[in-house]
Amino acid sequence: MATTAVPANQAPKLNYLNNGHTIKSWLLTTDHKRIALLYLFSVTAFFFLGGFFAMLIRLELLTPEGDLMQADTYNKVFTMHGIVMVFFFLIPVVPAILGNFVVPLMVGAKDLAFPRINLLSWYLYVAAGILFLHCMLNGGVDTGWTFYTPYSTASNSNVVEAGLAIFIAGFSSIFTGLNFIVTIHRMRAPGLTWSRLPLFIWSTYATSLVMILGTPVIAITMVLVVAERLLHLGIFDPALGGDPILFQHLFWFYSHPAVYIMILPSMGVISEIVPCFARKRVFGYNFVALSSVAIAVFGFLVWAHHLFVAGISLYSAMVFSFLSFVVAIPSAVKIFNWTATLYKGSISYATPMLYAFGFIGLFTIGGLTGVMLATIGIDVHVTDTYFVIAHFHYVMVGGVLMGYLGGLHFWWPKITGRMYPEAWAKLSALFVFVGFNLTFFPQFILGYLGMPRRYWQYPPEFQVLNVLSTAGASVLAIGYLLPMIYMLWSLKYGAIAGDNPWHAAGLEWKTTSPPPTLNFDETPVVTWEAYNYDEIPDRPLEVPVAQ
Amino acid sequence: MSNYLPLWPDQASTMAGQVDALYIYLLLVSGIMTAIIFLAVAVLAIKYRRVPGRDAHQIEGSTILEVSWSVIPFFIMLTFFIWGAVIFFEERTPPADATEVYVVAKQWMWKIEHIEGQHEINELHVPTGQNIKLIMTSQDVIHSFYIPAFRLKQDVLPGRYTTLWFKATKPGRYHLFCAEYCGTMHSGMGGDIIVMEPQDYALWMAGGALNPLPETGKALFASLGCSTCHRSDVQGESRGPDLAGLYNKPVKLEDGRTVIADENYVRESILDPTAKIVSGFKPVMPTFQGIVNDDQLNALVAYIKSLAQPSSGQPSQGTAGLENQPTPAGQPQNVQVQ
Repeated sequence: MATTAVPANQAPKLNYLNNGHTIKSWLLTTDHKRIALLYLFSVTAFFFLGGFFAMLIRLELLTPEGDLMQADTYNKVFTMHGIVMVFFFLIPVVPAILGNFVVPLMVGAKDLAFPRINLLSWYLYVAAGILFLHCMLNGGVDTGWTFYTPYSTASNSNVVEAGLAIFIAGFSSIFTGLNFIVTIHRMRAPGLTWSRLPLFIWSTYATSLVMILGTPVIAITMVLVVAERLLHLGIFDPALGGDPILFQHLFWFYSHPAVYIMILPSMGVISEIVPCFARKRVFGYNFVALSSVAIAVFGFLVWAHHLFVAGISLYSAMVFSFLSFVVAIPSAVKIFNWTATLYKGSISYATPMLYAFGFIGLFTIGGLTGVMLATIGIDVHVTDTYFVIAHFHYVMVGGVLMGYLGGLHFWWPKITGRMYPEAWAKLSALFVFVGFNLTFFPQFILGYLGMPRRYWQYPPEFQVLNVLSTAGASVLAIGYLLPMIYMLWSLKYGAIAGDNPWHAAGLEWKTTSPPPTLNFDETPVVTWEAYNYDEIPDRPLEVPVAQ
Repeated sequence: MSNYLPLWPDQASTMAGQVDALYIYLLLVSGIMTAIIFLAVAVLAIKYRRVPGRDAHQIEGSTILEVSWSVIPFFIMLTFFIWGAVIFFEERTPPADATEVYVVAKQWMWKIEHIEGQHEINELHVPTGQNIKLIMTSQDVIHSFYIPAFRLKQDVLPGRYTTLWFKATKPGRYHLFCAEYCGTMHSGMGGDIIVMEPQDYALWMAGGALNPLPETGKALFASLGCSTCHRSDVQGESRGPDLAGLYNKPVKLEDGRTVIADENYVRESILDPTAKIVSGFKPVMPTFQGIVNDDQLNALVAYIKSLAQPSSGQPSQGTAGLENQPTPAGQPQNVQVQ
């Protein structure tokens, strides 16, 4: 990009947003920041689609009878809720939006290592999304997002198309991971050693490892399901000589590590927010950094804990139970270190920090109920019930989404150059926290009472708890719609943020907001540790507000 | 059962109390850990809130703390693991004296076959105080047999048997759910477990005397022609292995392996006879895939199992005696040919 001389008093500095206004300049961009925004729009669209399905589920479950929709429709609705949220929202949300935007800035690079592959990965995401929308409009799919065979072999819904959509989305994910790994290895600014890297980079790196090692397995598994359906090869269906449990092994070999693809980047976000708003170095940097790698490695060794009642042997169940306890430790280490970081800090309660508090609380509950599920004697009773639903929503929504919203508010001034309205943001964070707990806490009780998941109708004694859950979901929906509105508002009316409104450490705050297309006017040279908050003056008590 | 707002499920099996005790322990420990973290975050966030003139005090970290908050929770969790594994071990080890009940799942119903010949749909009557072992298979997709009041669940797979055992303790009517998503009416694939006092159960059982399952199997065994090759009277010369006393015994295979002749082995040997050839025999048996349905298969398995218990009836006594007696009609040619 050629830099154009612009009179200082006439127009704002050329940045990545105003450097080209044509549609082509967006759709053919190789700028990681613009691609991050492309992801922001498309992933947000899928989030609201998945949220719409969630509302349909909660409305149906207001009453014990199956009355709002047909059983088949309900089955398709929860299937598409799962597929959209897992493959088109949770997996890309933090890496592809926030990661894409801040990883090159954080390491002091001009862009990712392979800018064109980065654009390709967005196009693959969009292609997969369109294919899935087509699948949906063509009757949808009713197998559950888990595609268990032989039901998925026999189902007369649109399994092949959904499988191919996931196959393609997988490549988007692989390319993103590849790009991050190479960028983090090869493009760090001079002086930015591994031990000086922001923890978001460490967790993105660990995530990327899981992406490139795990995703091919789900891709192959989907191809095998498609092959079995179309060519009648006996792979999973016992009627054709296959083994249905083999599918579950293959599926969870990816899909359990995929949980860490979702949660690790959000953990990275929390590791950025907590030091900034406590004005402290993160407590135990090495342990937080290496715990991300430990999660990525051990995360590959626990998949069969989804199969305790599926028909695996007694002793393999015990081995996988044990390993599942092992993987809990590095997550706990993070929680303890964030908490310890608060000690003797100078803590302010801006919106990103509120989300970080929310994350710590909800992820603690999500993690501890995960430990209960790893306890086999308990798992036999509560697996495939609402207890599991509650557990993974505490991790996925309470964890991943809290981290994402925290990160989005934290970097919003960098991304747009404008502040979001703080009071509205705090209010909606409150809605999210209250609504979330009201939605999902009753589901723990429902699960222990024995209400199975994926039920269109249920015994009447479960109704009160289901009504509470639906009520909570409405509050939660407000909490998600509000940021959508006020963030759009802030694009035009938000206060000018300045380069570093939080007085945060990290290279991304050393360039202008919004950053120029090539990120830095001159390549930064790093001579300090990460989170050197002792060397950065605190910001004034009031953040800039709209005029 | 239709409480307004139940918060705890019924306890109706010997397992239920054990699982609940572990669950309460987990709730307590997790509750304490959650409280510690919540309180720590709240107290620290308030105590060290930003005040003009007071700066943060930088701390690098502490290896001692890191090690202790890794190791202590790990040892606490080891108690979860061990207790959970002990319960699971018990859940997965059926007592030898268990009464067997066959379960066939299909979209979207449960078919129950008692060994005495009683058939039920979406209902299972069991007496209190007796060990019951369910031998389950599915005719189509994966289902899961789930009784919340017993705290027990087991997936039911097509093409093989899985088992589940329990001892009911409290008379009553309890939910039976399908817990593995199986298509349109998954949520309708439920039923009732009716736990009765033993005397009531005996009355119920007497209500519809039918052929015991092994008897049905014995008749099938003859009508399908199995008995022409699987004979006891011509040891070492018949075309098929002798099945008397076979069940639950090790079998030496042609390829050198030794397997235990459990329910799944018997089932596979009927449906896919060449999968595991017994040492010394030729793969001459035709498959019965598509010829026998799951109900008939269960009857055959029950019959072959009954042959393993010499005291339990005619079949094995009969075969034991055959060696010295005139062969039954319809079989003499084989004896002479071999």
